[in-house]
Amino acid sequence: MPEYAVETEDVVRTFRDGSVRALDGVSLRVPRGQVFGLLGPNGSGKTTMIRILSTIIAPTAGTARVNGFDVVHDADKVRRSIGLAGQFATVDENLTGVENLRMIGRLNHLSTRDALAKARELLDRFDLADAANRIAKTYSGGMRRRLDLAAALVADPPLLFLDEPTTGLDPQSRLGLWNIIEGLVEGGTTVLLTTQYLEEADRLARQLVVLDHGRVIAQGTSSELKSQLGATVLSLNFASAPDAERGLGLVSDLAATPPNVEGTLVEFTVRQGPASAADALRRLDTAGITLAGLALREPSLDDVFLTLTGHRAEDETSDVASPRRRGRRR
Amino acid sequence: MSSRPSLRWAITDVATITRRNILALVRVPISVVFAIVQPVMFVLLFRYVFGGAIRTGSTAYVNFLIPGILVQTTIFGSIGTAIGLAEDLQRGLIERFRALPMARMAVLAGRTVADVARNVLVLVVITAVGFAVGFRPGGGVVPYLEASLLMLFFAFCLSWGFAYVGLAAPNSETAQAMTFPVVFPLTFASSIFVPVTGMPGWLQGFARNQPVAQAADAVRGLMLGQPHGSSAWLTLAWGLGILAVLAPLATARFRRAG
Ligand SMILES: Nc1ncnc2c1ncn2[C@@H]1O[C@H](COP(=O)(O)OP(=O)(O)OP(=O)(O)O)[C@@H](O)[C@H]1O
Ligand SMILES: [Mg+2]
Repeated sequence: MPEYAVETEDVVRTFRDGSVRALDGVSLRVPRGQVFGLLGPNGSGKTTMIRILSTIIAPTAGTARVNGFDVVHDADKVRRSIGLAGQFATVDENLTGVENLRMIGRLNHLSTRDALAKARELLDRFDLADAANRIAKTYSGGMRRRLDLAAALVADPPLLFLDEPTTGLDPQSRLGLWNIIEGLVEGGTTVLLTTQYLEEADRLARQLVVLDHGRVIAQGTSSELKSQLGATVLSLNFASAPDAERGLGLVSDLAATPPNVEGTLVEFTVRQGPASAADALRRLDTAGITLAGLALREPSLDDVFLTLTGHRAEDETSDVASPRRRGRRR
Repeated sequence: MSSRPSLRWAITDVATITRRNILALVRVPISVVFAIVQPVMFVLLFRYVFGGAIRTGSTAYVNFLIPGILVQTTIFGSIGTAIGLAEDLQRGLIERFRALPMARMAVLAGRTVADVARNVLVLVVITAVGFAVGFRPGGGVVPYLEASLLMLFFAFCLSWGFAYVGLAAPNSETAQAMTFPVVFPLTFASSIFVPVTGMPGWLQGFARNQPVAQAADAVRGLMLGQPHGSSAWLTLAWGLGILAVLAPLATARFRRAG
């Protein structure tokens, strides 16, 4: 087994005769046996990367190796060693849950009996046993999502690609899925997942890469990234606007990024959350300013992108939607 | 995992995809019902409305008509290949298949084979309807089966052409619309419904020699036990030619699509 589950070198992928550069020279190294997170706003190239790594499309330039196999020249060996759950659940609506998984098992060249056994086992594990013999057309969105994920696990692949696996799931199902992913990783599986939720990346992924406009703009462990970003947002609510102005002057040197002021509310990211908060309180107290409220919160993905890229996740300049992409902006 | 030779696996993959497509036909019987209702209406329309005005010499019009309708119906059936593939593409299923270690051609072959299965069903039903409205072929059972196999094979070959259309079209509605300019002239400017002798001279040349007309002549001749010249061989040759050119094109398109 090669050292890295995924290794890419300057991968470029263009669409529409080069007018859309979805990936613009991305190099990744995904170590084995852990969850690796690919973050990025809409249109940053996450799905394109996953499609290249799972041999659905070829890179325009650069090389990518998956489990040691080249995605172009050894595509079939790559396919034998991966499981994929794409961004949009792709289950066969006219088949039942069991038939869907059985089909995927057979196409992964399991024997008929093994394919059926595996289908039953996975339906149990994903809480779909009761719906096993119902046509997938009648499944709810969350059930489809789970069936789709189950399909990715049919062949027990050592490497899983999950493209926004929890988008559209309710909090409980999301938690359930996180547990499943953690269980898989304990069993030795490598997972490359994309997400728009920092919380999710934080909880699951040991290492992260942040994409923007098809380029890597930050990478490292979650805590490395966070300290680089200014891990927490300190939110100070003053009693009056003049207070806010005066208070800001006293604490602005604590800010890791330019503060955001809206009336009596002052927000900025800080490097050491609790310590900075205590520091700010002390200074304000000394100056005789009382706060109406104080909060420390995790930065949202928007805060992160604002910090990293200077633009919010929604500001898409090159927004050429592919026909199959459904808008899902937050 | 795969010590078995890859050809065996390719056949297994085709069988798996065929099974899946046939299950879909069973689950959504409406598409099969439509595939049957339309030709039945053609049978009734031509048999009882137009038939009286169409001269087919010593052959009763109903005997002339039913073999033609059968050919038309199987050809329309092969349009299902374009629609089905376009739907799979739209729903992202093709994307999923492309990431699986299955034979690349199985997605297309599994579709075209399932469409043959549907055509068999439609053939049986239309034959029964034909008998109900007075169809009495005199050619015997074996030529009848030969004729059936011939048109199923011909439709199967056309399916590969329509597979290309299905992969190239942005959605299933467009895929269907794209097949009409091909299918309509071929089925109507032919001997399917009326003898070509009634057509203007410039049209007769086309209507006599184009592949669908050859298929209609061959099927009719075999079923009715009438001379049909070299039309059966020509139909076979057309089918093989279409297959040889379009199956590789469709497969290449499939490899490239995405
Ligand atoms: N088939 C295609 N044809 C044309 N443009 C495409 C195609 N696929 C992707 N793109 C473009 O490439 C860019 C990257 O898209 P991609 O789907 O990889 O982004 P993403 O990070 O997955 O976004 P999201 O979070 O919305 O899923 C976008 O600008 C997109 O419009
Ligand atoms: Mg995406």
